[in-house]
Amino acid sequence: MDRPIRHFQEELETMQARLLEMGGIAEERVRVAVQGLITRDVVLIDRIIGGDEPLNHLHVEIDDRCFRLLALHQPMAVDLRAIVAAVKINSDLERVGDLAVNIAEAARRYVDHPPVKQLIDIPRMGSVAQTMLRDSLDAYVKHDIDLARSVLNSDDELDALKTQVFRELLTYMLQDPATIQPSLDLILVSRHLERIGDHATNVAEDVIFMVSAQDVRHHPPTRVG
Amino acid sequence: MTPPLVTPHAPPVRDPAPAAASPPPPKIDVQQMSFYYGATRALQDITLQIHPNVVTAFIGPSGCGKSTFLRTLNRMNDIIPATRVEGKALIDGEDIYAPGVDVVQLRRRVGMVFQKSNPFPKSIFENVAYGLRINGMAKSRTDLAGRVEESLKQAALWTEVKDRLQTSALALSGGQQQRLCIARALAIKPDVLLMDEPASALDPIATQRIEELVYSLKSSFTVVIVTHNMQQAARVSDRTAFFWLGRLVEYDRTDRIFTAPAEKLTEDYVTGRFG
Repeated sequence: MDRPIRHFQEELETMQARLLEMGGIAEERVRVAVQGLITRDVVLIDRIIGGDEPLNHLHVEIDDRCFRLLALHQPMAVDLRAIVAAVKINSDLERVGDLAVNIAEAARRYVDHPPVKQLIDIPRMGSVAQTMLRDSLDAYVKHDIDLARSVLNSDDELDALKTQVFRELLTYMLQDPATIQPSLDLILVSRHLERIGDHATNVAEDVIFMVSAQDVRHHPPTRVG
Repeated sequence: MTPPLVTPHAPPVRDPAPAAASPPPPKIDVQQMSFYYGATRALQDITLQIHPNVVTAFIGPSGCGKSTFLRTLNRMNDIIPATRVEGKALIDGEDIYAPGVDVVQLRRRVGMVFQKSNPFPKSIFENVAYGLRINGMAKSRTDLAGRVEESLKQAALWTEVKDRLQTSALALSGGQQQRLCIARALAIKPDVLLMDEPASALDPIATQRIEELVYSLKSSFTVVIVTHNMQQAARVSDRTAFFWLGRLVEYDRTDRIFTAPAEKLTEDYVTGRFG
């Protein structure tokens, strides 16, 4: 070939591929943690508690790649925004991985008790959080601002579900003190899922910034739809 | 008297190529080299190894000795009167300063590209064919044409000139002329390509093309580039040597030099605090 490929682009694409791989792992760990809680499957739960290492490894690797891209290539404009966004998304995904472990730890305690109730809202929260995470990463890959904005909208649904879970469990706890400990663990799980939604929101905001150079953080909501 | 910046003969060199089980022997092995212009010692006890098929950059402020050092690697300094070399420079294990070394042969193996492009006032084709002809490297006209084409492709110039090979090289743009000079250097199949500020006289687009070219050449050649442009060294090289006042201050992987250098002096230079 007469014209060589810009190796900066290759390295940028490799870094982004690794970031997506990380996103896929984080999303799967959230799914399995919630699945373990719902099915009271200790094997699944323990797999999540003990398996954070690949994500931690990717976290360090991606930071290192971004660091070198910035230092060695002095990227500008959209390239600069893509790398700065990647650094932030990387941290968000790592925290999602930690939250999956936190969910699994709460689930591990919860299964030592009889079930407080049939779980309905927590599986819904898990599903919404995973969708938000997946959509935010899809938006990153496709540079899709509309999809990123839809993630911002979903966050309200997750917040509402968390409040609902809390209110419902409060009534159980008031009726029977024996349910306090497992109920608190379920409240913690709902809190962790809500935090995962927040991280997906951060990712979506970074995508909007990367694509359009528009900073939508801390603004009054100008939501689509 | 200020203390020495580094232990003599032992600049901080951290582990060489990453994840290499048994690194290949160095292409160029310089041992305790000093160089004198008359009584002035321009290089002081330089010891470093240059690895094959990587791009090695020499950086440092003006007058630090980086170009002088580059020119010792194919004995280009020999043509300057009253100069003297001490120490050894081995290429593939052979001392290039040993008595009886054929300097013309050496410069065939160690090609050079200069700051200012210097095409011959001949056609594009003849510029590349010249070295092949005088070295008797082409078996036939077809072979010659094939080698010229290959070199122009390697230098990322072929598509721009293939329809006007017989026009004068002087009609090319500055960036094209520089790539032509690179094609000319590559035509005689050197092992090592020395580049002395090859893009400093070019505009940003032409510079980018030269940088991309340098990066792609390393699969076939050992490339050593001198540049006063630190960002360029960061972009194109795998390893970087920082020179200061004729001394080698630090030599390491390029990402380390530009993200976490071991020496304070290197850090001050790459952050623009002096130089």
